[in-house]
Amino acid sequence: MSAVRSTLVGAVLATLRRDLLIAYRRKNDLLNPFMFFVLVATLFPIGVSPEPEMLGEISAGVLWISALLASLLAMDNLFRADFEDGSLELLMLSRHPLYFLVLAKNVAHWLVSGLPIVLVSPLIAYMLNFPEGAYSTLVLTLLLGTPVLSLLGSIGVALTVGLGSRGLILAVITLPMSVPVLIAGTLTVSQTLEGASLSGYLAIMGAMLVASFTLAPLASAAALRVSVN
Amino acid sequence: MDKHTSEKKVQAGMLVPLLAVDDLFCERDERVLFQNLSFRLTGGQVLQIKGGNGSGKTTLLRILCGLNDNYQGLIRWRGELLANCVEEFRDEMLYLGHRVGVSKVLTPRENLLWSGHLRRQISADEIDVALAKVGLQGFEDSQCFTLSAGQHQRVSLARLLLSKARLWVLDEPFTTLDVRGVAFLENLIGQHSDRGGSVLVTTHHAMAVEGLTELTLGEDRKPRVSLS
Repeated sequence: MSAVRSTLVGAVLATLRRDLLIAYRRKNDLLNPFMFFVLVATLFPIGVSPEPEMLGEISAGVLWISALLASLLAMDNLFRADFEDGSLELLMLSRHPLYFLVLAKNVAHWLVSGLPIVLVSPLIAYMLNFPEGAYSTLVLTLLLGTPVLSLLGSIGVALTVGLGSRGLILAVITLPMSVPVLIAGTLTVSQTLEGASLSGYLAIMGAMLVASFTLAPLASAAALRVSVN
Repeated sequence: MDKHTSEKKVQAGMLVPLLAVDDLFCERDERVLFQNLSFRLTGGQVLQIKGGNGSGKTTLLRILCGLNDNYQGLIRWRGELLANCVEEFRDEMLYLGHRVGVSKVLTPRENLLWSGHLRRQISADEIDVALAKVGLQGFEDSQCFTLSAGQHQRVSLARLLLSKARLWVLDEPFTTLDVRGVAFLENLIGQHSDRGGSVLVTTHHAMAVEGLTELTLGEDRKPRVSLS
């Protein structure tokens, strides 16, 4: 038998494929964050006020907070099962840099937990009387922001995966890091409604995405090494 | 007897041992698990690590394969410090842990395809052959939650067949295996040793493997005066 070492790309693609396959098999985990997002967003009109003007004003914030909470709910799936069945150890003992393998897991995780939320957001926005003319901004900010939430959340999950009972600790670690994203996201929407140029705000969110894309897996990988120790 | 034959093997073998451990010290929760632990592992050697429950067998294996860095002492791989040759070491070492690394929602084939790709390029045919060898023919496409613990272990054993690793680090590989599985694994370890591969294994089971050497942990747990 030939023993051609796998390439980094091969290992990353195999990890991506595996995680997507697992998500597809565990349809519950796949649907939970999505349903949670829809439910939280629909509860606001009932709880706050069904007045269209009122809803229109808070809709961007509601959508963003719902997305943040949904991503928090979904985070736990990222490493937990792999930690429990030992797959994480295989991943860490691979000759390939853990950084890229963690990144692959993050991408797969966002594809199944973040992307559906981005895709359904215009519908929920319509339901909340979201101001016309800002739909594309909303989708764009969510498209840039939800991966950041996932990547930051992954640091928290990596830190807490070894703990028996985690409770709220994940939220306590993750939420402070997520606040700037929340602010940037809602600010972008409200500012563009008032006529400000979109590009500046999008650049800030893009910078956040690039920064977390390059740095967060580094922190996650280091945290995983500590957790598995 | 066994010890003698293996010592001869050591002398006849390569000058530089595959794995050299010197003065290993590990403390966990303020208990000393082991101290002044030194041993050599050469090509073809099978080393069984013994010791009671909680004596640090698993911890030792995890230290040696690089999952745990909570230790003092020197570990060398082919004469080079482990920290300086992590990539080469990982290439040549295969660790099968207590947790077998088999995802329950995936099929054995999918599990092996992924773990195989982490190490080398691998084809579905190779995996099917390996699965047949470990006695999982007909289960290739069943999701693993329908399989028993012993079958999970067998999926994990298929990794031994699929890898080219020189050093196998096996943590309690016999626990869930049936009689035939035990014989199969012993045979596999013997073959690996004959090909010049080394095996580090923890088990309470008396292994029927030729040239077996032993290392017992937990004997120096009580405070004692070291002569060296």
